[in-house]
Amino acid sequence: MSQKPYRIVGHSLAKVDGPAKCTGQTKFADDLFLPGMVHAKLHRAPLPHARIVRVDTSEAEKMPGVVAVLTGKELPIPFGILPVSQDEHALCLDRIRFVGDPVAAVAALEEDIAFAAMNRIRVEYEPLKAVMSIQAALDNPEPRIHDYGEEGNIHKKVALEFGDVRHGFAGADEIFVDTFYYEGSTHLALEQHAVVAAPEPDGRLTVWSSTQTPHYVHRALAKVLELPPAYIRVIATPVGGGFGGKSDPFQHEIVAAKLALKIGRPVKICLTREEVFYCHRGRHPVLMSVKTGVKKDGSITAMHFRSVLDGGGYGSYGVASTYYTGALQTVTYRIPHYKFDGVRVFTNKPPCGPKRGHGTPQPRFALEVHLDKIAGHLGLDPAEMRRSQLVPPNSITANHLRIGSMGLGTCIDKVVGGSGWKKKFRRLPRGRGVGIACSSYISGAGLPIYWNRMPHTGVQIKLDRGGGICVFCGQIDIGQGSDSVLAQMVAEILGVDPLTIRLVTGDTDLTPVDLGSYSSRVTLMMGNAAIQAAERARDLVARAVAKQWKLSPSRIVFAAGRVFDTENPDQGMSFAESVQAAEAEFGTIGTVGSYTPPPSPGKYRGAGVGPSPAYSYSAAIAQVEVDPDTGWTQVERIWIAHDCGKCINPMLVTGQVEGSVYMGLGEALMEEQVFRANRNGVHKIPSMLDYKSPTTEDMCEVTTYLIEDPDPNGPFGAKEAGQGPLLPIAPAIANAVFDAVGVRIDEIPITPEKILRALRSPDRRCGPASYPRIPMPEPIRVPLPGTEA
Amino acid sequence: MTNGKQKILLALRVNGEVREFACYPNRTLLEVLREDLGLTGTKHGCELGECGTCTILIDNQPILSCLILALECEGREIVTVEGLSPGPGLHPLQEAFGELGAAQCGYCTPGILCTAKALLDRNRRPSRAEIRAALAGNLCRCTGYIKIFEAVELAAERMERPSE
Amino acid sequence: MMRLPKFVYHAPTSVDEAGRILAGEGTAARVVAGGTDLYPNMKRGHQLPPVLVSLRRIPKITGISGTPETGLRIGACTSLTQLGSHPAVKSGYAALASAVLSISTPILRNMGTIGGNLCLDTRCNYYNQNYEWRRAIHFCMKCDGSICWVAPSSKTCLAINSSDTAPLLAALGGRARLISTRGERELAIKDLYNLDGIDYLNKRPDEILTEILLPPAGGWIASYRKLRRRGSFDFPVLGVAAVLWKEPDGRIRDAKIYLNAVASAPLEAKEAETCLVGRKLDTETIREAARLAAEMAKPVDNADFGIAWRKRMARVFTERALNDLKE
Repeated sequence: MSQKPYRIVGHSLAKVDGPAKCTGQTKFADDLFLPGMVHAKLHRAPLPHARIVRVDTSEAEKMPGVVAVLTGKELPIPFGILPVSQDEHALCLDRIRFVGDPVAAVAALEEDIAFAAMNRIRVEYEPLKAVMSIQAALDNPEPRIHDYGEEGNIHKKVALEFGDVRHGFAGADEIFVDTFYYEGSTHLALEQHAVVAAPEPDGRLTVWSSTQTPHYVHRALAKVLELPPAYIRVIATPVGGGFGGKSDPFQHEIVAAKLALKIGRPVKICLTREEVFYCHRGRHPVLMSVKTGVKKDGSITAMHFRSVLDGGGYGSYGVASTYYTGALQTVTYRIPHYKFDGVRVFTNKPPCGPKRGHGTPQPRFALEVHLDKIAGHLGLDPAEMRRSQLVPPNSITANHLRIGSMGLGTCIDKVVGGSGWKKKFRRLPRGRGVGIACSSYISGAGLPIYWNRMPHTGVQIKLDRGGGICVFCGQIDIGQGSDSVLAQMVAEILGVDPLTIRLVTGDTDLTPVDLGSYSSRVTLMMGNAAIQAAERARDLVARAVAKQWKLSPSRIVFAAGRVFDTENPDQGMSFAESVQAAEAEFGTIGTVGSYTPPPSPGKYRGAGVGPSPAYSYSAAIAQVEVDPDTGWTQVERIWIAHDCGKCINPMLVTGQVEGSVYMGLGEALMEEQVFRANRNGVHKIPSMLDYKSPTTEDMCEVTTYLIEDPDPNGPFGAKEAGQGPLLPIAPAIANAVFDAVGVRIDEIPITPEKILRALRSPDRRCGPASYPRIPMPEPIRVPLPGTEA
Repeated sequence: MTNGKQKILLALRVNGEVREFACYPNRTLLEVLREDLGLTGTKHGCELGECGTCTILIDNQPILSCLILALECEGREIVTVEGLSPGPGLHPLQEAFGELGAAQCGYCTPGILCTAKALLDRNRRPSRAEIRAALAGNLCRCTGYIKIFEAVELAAERMERPSE
Repeated sequence: MMRLPKFVYHAPTSVDEAGRILAGEGTAARVVAGGTDLYPNMKRGHQLPPVLVSLRRIPKITGISGTPETGLRIGACTSLTQLGSHPAVKSGYAALASAVLSISTPILRNMGTIGGNLCLDTRCNYYNQNYEWRRAIHFCMKCDGSICWVAPSSKTCLAINSSDTAPLLAALGGRARLISTRGERELAIKDLYNLDGIDYLNKRPDEILTEILLPPAGGWIASYRKLRRRGSFDFPVLGVAAVLWKEPDGRIRDAKIYLNAVASAPLEAKEAETCLVGRKLDTETIREAARLAAEMAKPVDNADFGIAWRKRMARVFTERALNDLKE
C-alpha cells in the first residue's frame, strides 16, 4: 500500500454509533420489548458442590402467572465454548459445581412473578466435599468435580520446553527464582447480561443477546436445541461492556430459547447483578513461579515459567487460558531457551475464562516484577535492561511465534522521556516512587476456537445507486469502536463520507461470519476483510467508469464522495453516478472479502495458542505515593506508550489505552472476585458496592503516547489496542511501590494491608511463600526455530 | 393513602410532556420509564443504588431512578436522556460525548450525561476537580473517565460561547 | 431487575398525621424519607414492611434554621446535599459539612436525608446480600435466621453502624427530636444507639425523628476522618470524630472522641477523652489518646479490608483527626 495521506483512516472522527448512544436510542438487549413477551428467571444452586437428588417444581407451576417451568431433563445435551470442554448444561442435570449453578427455570407473565416462583422451586441435594482453592484442588483428588481432565481435580497440564533450559541456565551468571500470585477479578460490565428469544410460527427462532460471540452462541444453540443452524438466527445487540465476560455461550441464552420454543412466545431473561458475578468467566487466580538465568548485563539465558490456574467449576476457555499463561513471555525480550509448565485445576467456584488480556496479565505481572528485582540485584536501570534485549522485529521466538513489527523500544523511550524517569527512579523522596513495565498482546488468535479451514471473518458490501453503501459483517461493537473502524476503512477506500455507510453487524442470518469480539482480533481481521471487499467494489466501479471515459481503470480515483481521473481531476462524477455506471455495466454491485490469518511456524502440540498475525507492544511507567503509616497507595500518574501499528482512529485508540489503564488500575489495587470457603462457598461480595470498581475519584492521571510501527499483516498496518495496554499497569505499580517504600508486593491486588505487612516483615515482602509440588509429565521438547532436524 | 394491591393512576411530567399511566405503588421510576413509558434510554446496572447507571434528572437534580417510586415524582419535572436536548438537535454534552469518544459501550452514558447536565447548569465552567467530584456517583468501566471529563469540558466551553 | 415488594403507601402532609398512621399500623409500618437505605433493603428482602409512611410531603421537617451563634435546627428530611452545602453549616460546622459530603455519592446525597443517615440500618456483608445468597448460608440472626456468621458464638448481631454523621453529631452533643402520638422527646444523639446490630436504634417504631438540634458553634473545634476503599460510594469501614473544647492557653477543657463502623453503635473513646483533658495537644498526647481510642475498636470480618489492619487504622486515624485540631 502506498504511503499516500489518508483522508479518513488515521483521523479522530466521531464514533459512528455516538449520537445513538448519547441520545438513548441504542437498543441494548434488555431494551427490547416484544408483544406477548414473558420473563424468565433461573433457580440457582445454594451449595458449592452437590448431587441433585430431586427437583420439585410443582409449587412454582401452581403460581398464578407462571407459564412454564424448565429443568435440565429437557436440555440434556452439553455445550461449552471449546470443543475439548463441552462440560456445561443449560440447567444442571445431576450435579451442581458452584453456588449459582442454575438448576431450573421459570417463565412468568411478569418478572416479579418469575422471581417469586423461582424461589418456590425445591431442590434436594446430596452435598459433596467442595474444593475452594488451588491447594484444596491439588490436595483433594476426590470427589472429582468433572470426570474428564488429567486426573483428580486437575483439568489440564501443559509441559513444553523450547531449546534446552538446562544449557541456558548453565550459561547464566546468576539465577533468580520468584513466586507470585494474582487474585481473580471479574469484568463487571455495567450492562447485565440479557437475552430475548422469539419463536416464529414456522418453527424457526430468533435470539437477541448481549454477546461478544454471536457465532458461538449460534453453534451452541443449534447443538443443545437440536435444531438446524439455519432455523436459528442470533442477533448480537450492542454490548454494554464486554471485556471478555460475554464471550461464552451462556445458560440463560439456551434456557430463553428453549422456553420460547416450548411456550410459543417471546421470552426475556435479564440477569441480576448477583447472577452476573456467577456467570463470571473472568480473570483466573494464578499462582506462578519464574526462574530466570541472566548474564551480568541482564540478558536472559533461559527461563522456566510455571503457573497453576484456579479454573472454577467448568472448562470455559480454560485450556486456552492455561496455554496463554505461558505463551507470550517470549515476545518482548529475547529468551533463548524457554520452558513452561502450566496446570489448571477445577474448583467449586464460578468458572474463570477470558478477561481483557486473557491469561496474560498474570504472567506479565510476574515477569515484569521479577525483571525489576533482577535489575535491582544487578545494579542495572530496569528500563535500560529491558531496552537492551528486545526481541527483534521480523523474527521468530523460541516458542515459534512470528514477530512482525515491534515498536517496544520506541514505547520505552517515550515513557522514559515523558515521565522524567532518569531524574525520578531511586531519586524521589521516601514514600514516592516510579516503576516501569512492558508488555505485548496478540492482534487476534491465529487459530479459530474450533478447528476448520474457513475464514475467521467476512465482510460483504452492497452499493446502492443512490450512493449509499451497506456493509455487512458478523462483528459486534462492544464499545471498543469496531463499527467506526469498519466504516472508516470502507469510507477510505471508496472515498466517501462515513455517514453514507450503513452497517449491519452481528446477525447470523444477514452477515458473514465473524468469530467475535474477543482476542483483540476485530480491527486486524475484519479490517483486512473489509479492505478486500471494498477494493473489489472499488475495482468494479473503476472499471465501469474507466470504460465510460475510455481510460485505464488505474487512473480512476475515489475521494471526497467523487470519482475522477487522476490525471484530469476536473473530469469526475459523484460516487452515486459511478455506482450507476457500474450497475449498468455489471448488474447489482455486491462484493465480499474475508480473512484467514497466515499459518504459524509452530507445529508442536500446543502451538495453537500464542500465534497471531501481529503483536502490539506497550510500555508504562507508574508514579505512586505510598503512605508508610497506612500502606495506602495513590497512583498519581501513568505514562503509557502503545504500539498499535497504525491508528485507524487515534481518538478510539487513546480511549482503549485509557480504559485499559483504568481496568488495570482496578485490578492492581482493589478488585477481587473472592469467596467464603467456610460459609458454603458463597461469593463474598457479589454487588457493585462491595466489588470495588474505581470511581472518578480513584482514577489516576494518564499520559498516552501512540506509537505507530505498521505491521505488514495489519489493515493499513494496524494492530490491536484494546487489551495489551492493561498488561503493564499492575507490574508498573508494584515496581513503583518498591521504589517508594522498598517493599515487594508479589501478589495482586496490592492493598494497603499487604504493604503495611511487608513494611513490618523481615523480608520486606508480601507474596506466596512457595509454589506447590505438582508432578508434571515429561515436557514436549520443541527444537528452537531454525534448528529443527 | 394507596392500597398496595391496586394500581393507581399517575400523571408524570417527563421530558416536558405529561404522561398518564396506572401502576402499583411499588413501581420505581426506572421501571415506569422503561416498561410503561417506553423510555429505554435510561439503563440499569444494579437497581440498588450502587452504580449510578439509572441516573435521571428530577427538577434538574441527578436522582437514581432505581430508588425512587414513580408516585413520589408527581408534580416534578423529570428529564431523561431522551429529553436532554429541548429540540431535535443534540445537547452540547451529547455532541461532545460523541465527538470525543466519551461513550464507548454507551451503557453508562445516559446517566453520566444527566449528571453532567445538572453540573453545567449550576456551574458554567467547572474545573477538572469539580467535574470529577460531580461524577463520582456514576461508574464507567470502559473509558477510565478521562474522555468523559474532556467532553464535559468541551461542552462547557461551547455552551459559554454558543454561536461560532 | 431487582424490584420492590408490594406495600401500602401513605404520604401524610403533617407530622401529626404521620404519627397517627404509625400509631394505627403498629409494627407493620416503616417510615421512609429518601429511600436510599430502605428500598435496597426491601429489594433484597431484608425488610418487607406491608405499609410505608413517607415523610417526603411534610414541609415542616425539611430545611435548616438558626445560626451558628444560636445553634441550628436541621429538619430530619433535609437532604444531605442541602445540609453539606448550607452556608451556616459550612461556616460554623465545617467538619459536619465535610462528613456529610463524604457520604456515598453526590447523587445519593441528593436523595438521602440526614434523618435517614442517622437511622441507617446496620451493615454486614453477611446481611447486605440478596435473598438467594442469604438462603445459601441459611440466613443470619439479623434477618430470617438465628446465627451470627461473623462470630457464631455471639449472642448479639455484630452488624456495624456505618453512619458518617452519627459519630460527629454524638461528639458535638447534637440532639434528636422524636415525635409520636404519645408525645415528643429529645434525645442526645449519643443515646440514639444500642450496641446491638438488630435493635440498634433507641427509636420506637411509632416515633418519627423530626429534627436534629446542633449546639452553638464556637468554643470547640472538630474533625472527622473516614476510612474507605474508594473516593465515593463506599460506607466507612472506620469513622473517627474528634471534638475539643480548649482553654485560652491551649489546654484541653473537654474532649469527645467517637469511633464508628467498628461496632453496632458509635463508640465513645472515654479513656482517650480523659487522657486529653487538661493537657495540650502535643504529639505525645495525641499518640497516647489514639492508642487508647484504638483499644476500643474491635472490628470483625463483616466489612471491607482485614480486621487487623482496620484496628491499626483506628489508631492512625484518631491521631490524624487530633492532628487536624492542632493550632
